[in-house]
Amino acid sequence: MELEAAKMLGAGIAIGLGAIGPGIGEGIAASKALEAIGRNPEASGKIVPLMFVSMAIAESTAIYALVISLIILFG
Amino acid sequence: MELNISLAPDILFYIGSLPVTNTLIGSFVISVVIIAAMLLVKKRLKKDTPGKFQNLVEFLMSGSYDFVVSIIGSEKKAKKIFPLAFTLFIFILVANLATFIPGQAAVTFNREGESVAIFRAVMADYGMVFVMTMITVILVQIVAIAVHGPFGYMGKFFNFKSPLSFFLGLMDIVGELAKIVSLSFRLFGNIFAGEVLGSVMLFLAPFFVPLPFLFLGLLSAVVQAFVFAVLTVVFVKLASEIEEEELVEEASM
Repeated sequence: MELEAAKMLGAGIAIGLGAIGPGIGEGIAASKALEAIGRNPEASGKIVPLMFVSMAIAESTAIYALVISLIILFG
Repeated sequence: MELNISLAPDILFYIGSLPVTNTLIGSFVISVVIIAAMLLVKKRLKKDTPGKFQNLVEFLMSGSYDFVVSIIGSEKKAKKIFPLAFTLFIFILVANLATFIPGQAAVTFNREGESVAIFRAVMADYGMVFVMTMITVILVQIVAIAVHGPFGYMGKFFNFKSPLSFFLGLMDIVGELAKIVSLSFRLFGNIFAGEVLGSVMLFLAPFFVPLPFLFLGLLSAVVQAFVFAVLTVVFVKLASEIEEEELVEEASM
């Protein structure tokens, strides 16, 4: 396999696999937050910012994978 | 047309041996704009009937101050951390939103025959993001040492009570180091990926197709500015708490 083709494959596999976990995790966070807002709509002002922060933390591994694949592609 | 994507910012010219990049120019322009706007508000400060812009600034300031108080839990601590957190927030927000001003990508600089864009997304330069992250991380270490004392703080990492707590203490060191990576790569990765996605979409289909991606970029521009500032506040809050909660640190990774 040529080096260029291997790089492309590596970048694709890295971001593809890295996005699975955070995708599931953020989905769980959003569904639980919506559930909580459904139970208690007055608390949405408190729940939504916290949801964004926790989603951003759950996103970390996807961002690592993204940066790795960007470095492979353009670095 | 050729796709032109690079991780490092483009160098416009040199002052002595200091390379002046397009992100450096961009960050200076944004700083000047923010400072000028704030001075203008201060000069025209009206008590009885505030203008539109003063209203907006007051709304942003008081809303974020109340939010910081609600996170950190005490008015005294909030007064100390609010200036840093709000500065980070407003700087990242303006820098991210400035990339959506149309026509700025056409302003180029001719350097040795090739044209280089003068403005580039400031947060898509890893150096800038890394400096802001180091400010936050060093501040968190200083706060933790000031609260726990130097030996108390070291005792959190080197715990000889049992093999398990010794191992957990070592893992806390990794957790502190991981903060640098995760905090900086989150902002950098989101903004840079947004730029790359936007330019790839413009390259593939120039009309209407990039619009949803631009909207997504607008959302992430605001959310990432918010998240960076809020994580700064949360880290400082965790570091400034007196209770010895060892597992809390792991949750903050």
